Amino acid sequence: MRVRLMSASAIIFYIISAFILVAGLLAMTTRKIFRSAIWLLFSLIGVAALYFWLQVEFIAAVQIIVYVGGIVVLIIFSIFLTQQSGNEMPKQPLKRIIFSALAVLSGFGLTFLQIAKYNFQPTTKNFDWSVSKIGSQMLGTKAGGYALPFEVVSMLLLAAMIACIVIAMKAPSHPAPEAKELEDSKKNLARTLELSNIKSQNVLPLEEDLGGAST
Amino acid sequence: MSHILFVSTALFFIGMYGLFTRRNMITMLMAIELILNSVNINFVVFNKYLYPEKLDGIFFVIFIITIAAAEAAIAIAIIINLYRSHRSIDVDKASEMKW
Repeated sequence: MRVRLMSASAIIFYIISAFILVAGLLAMTTRKIFRSAIWLLFSLIGVAALYFWLQVEFIAAVQIIVYVGGIVVLIIFSIFLTQQSGNEMPKQPLKRIIFSALAVLSGFGLTFLQIAKYNFQPTTKNFDWSVSKIGSQMLGTKAGGYALPFEVVSMLLLAAMIACIVIAMKAPSHPAPEAKELEDSKKNLARTLELSNIKSQNVLPLEEDLGGAST
Repeated sequence: MSHILFVSTALFFIGMYGLFTRRNMITMLMAIELILNSVNINFVVFNKYLYPEKLDGIFFVIFIITIAAAEAAIAIAIIINLYRSHRSIDVDKASEMKW
């Protein structure tokens, strides 16, 4: 076999990918959950570095901002909220580890062979993306525009925000029926008071109230 | 190009391994994040090397990142709520709704 000198770009690529894979593997195998989160952080930073290597700096920046700055911080917060980080997680049964490793390795081998056999023909053309192009196509309504998915995703984010608030609200601790009736009557009283207030003042507060409700 | 695909495949199956072996909900969420990242790498690579005149892969990556963020937020809200009521976030212990 002919010895071929690797270019600097290839060497950097192998370093980055080894970093990603080692950090990911450690994140999935270490038994201390906080260390696992930190290894995940390193793996995500490695993926961002891979995007830099691919010269799609925009995606790399988004990756760092959203994943590293948002999701990992959220995960670390939830780790601190839910358990003592120094404790080790219980060991999994050996049978499960062996079988999942077998399944994963066979799946990896299959995909590896498929990719190796398929003859990809990469073009040598320049990948010309720019943030202005991305923006105008993302909000474009012509063919190839992504305005509708953009709106759908914004609705999804709104729904997720509301869902988080609803989940995080303290559940009412099931008041007894009499207490509930009392509460209802209190509410009715408050409502009538409010109505009389509004009547005694102007019509303006009512309109404001409606406006707040409709938005 | 195929070397990058090997890396993303390996990352995907590392995430699958974590999903299979871990029984803690937060670590399972972390495994899902790894899997989504490998998919993102695939999208970017296919877009850059096979269709460099288009931008669709980039859009898919952006949408996947957005949805992953929303998904992580909701999952963590559910996990913390579950921890409040069960004092544990093992998937095996949360079996009330199991059929």
